[in-house]
Amino acid sequence: MGIISRGFSGRRSTADVKLPPGQYLTTDFPVLSAGPTPHVSLDRWEFVIDDGTNVLRRWDWKAFRELPTETFTVDIHCVTRWSKLGTSWEGVSLDVLLADVRTDLSYAMFRSYGDYTTNVPLKDVINKQAWVAFKFDGADLAPEHGGPARLLIPHLYFWKSAKWVKGVTLMSHDKPGFWESLGYHIYGDPWREQRYSGDE
Amino acid sequence: MWRVGTVVALHDETATARTITLDVPDWPGHVAGQHVDVRLTASDGYSAVRSYSIASAPNAEMRVELTVERLPNGEVSPYLTQELAVGDRLELRGPIGGWFVWRAQQTEPIQLIAGGSGIAPLMAMIRSRASTGSTAPFRLLYSVREPGAVFYREDLQTLLDRDNNVGLTYAYTRVAPKDWPRPPGRIDAALIADATWPSNLAPTCYVCGPTSFVESAVDFLSASGNSPDKIRTERFGPTGDRK
Repeated sequence: MGIISRGFSGRRSTADVKLPPGQYLTTDFPVLSAGPTPHVSLDRWEFVIDDGTNVLRRWDWKAFRELPTETFTVDIHCVTRWSKLGTSWEGVSLDVLLADVRTDLSYAMFRSYGDYTTNVPLKDVINKQAWVAFKFDGADLAPEHGGPARLLIPHLYFWKSAKWVKGVTLMSHDKPGFWESLGYHIYGDPWREQRYSGDE
Repeated sequence: MWRVGTVVALHDETATARTITLDVPDWPGHVAGQHVDVRLTASDGYSAVRSYSIASAPNAEMRVELTVERLPNGEVSPYLTQELAVGDRLELRGPIGGWFVWRAQQTEPIQLIAGGSGIAPLMAMIRSRASTGSTAPFRLLYSVREPGAVFYREDLQTLLDRDNNVGLTYAYTRVAPKDWPRPPGRIDAALIADATWPSNLAPTCYVCGPTSFVESAVDFLSASGNSPDKIRTERFGPTGDRK
């Protein structure tokens, strides 16, 4: 336990929910981005899977939207300590996107419009754990929240859920993405409070 | 790892914002623009953590200054702005963040744009420029609700008087001083054109403030020809305990 803050009582959550350590509940949807919000037109949008050398799969918006979609409700946890529960989305599962990809590569680097990147082990985005989402709360995803489409990996801190996602490069070894190179944790499990590099 | 800082000074910037000066003996140093996590712990062990930008320049005295704006329904900011006293100890972690930073090696023109308490990390950059003897040309566009909402007013004036390579434009959204040339209002394309570096000088732009402010400032910067990869942002959203 830390040093007691004289006169601090705090405001405990009254809701009967369990949050990851160090998180607090919000009902807002705060926006955090490192740079300008890219405005990506749908006729130029594409999502590409490659292995660093070859393009393995590619969809334009029309082809992407013809893929089977899922609606799902998940909790999200931002490294800046807010958590938002029961958010509902519609998107295409990574299981669908990766279905015809045969690979022995174990890591993934997601890439976004605006040049953001984030790294994730491939095993964390398969088996119903990750989606490319294009609707939030039944409406088209707003640009400041990552529209036209963003990655969603709710079991990791939300910076892993890359906004404006445009593809993924499969890799043999893990490599840090944007925030992971700038002091944030390489994996980012909120339940183990892996916020910053050096956290166990 | 959590470090312990002792409050050595408190200074009210405005009716709702206070600067806390901490003495942190094992402070590892920071870069202008970085932030810290501050942890408060109640007597039963309950704790709450929030992030605040560092407002001070890196210094040899192991001093860290944070400016905290009191949020009406905040959990941590009311304590920090109203309860905390000189001599109290605070736990902090950091410095954190390696993107929204200015380093003294940068010699290109710098455009800073602050909305409200978003001035804090930008002030660290201005102070860092002065303390390192940098001659990089800086401009600050500082948007506030009213004259009484300005942080660091005297410090800014002193730095301005001392160095004509630093420019400052205030913009008021609700109430402007008497005879102010621009009527109160949100930032717009004309103001961005008047008060920021021409984009052909390829300034690096740092924009910090509430989400809607940052979104519009960045749109105006882009529309006037600034490249997205020269624009760095830090937003604090509706829950906003950041800053």
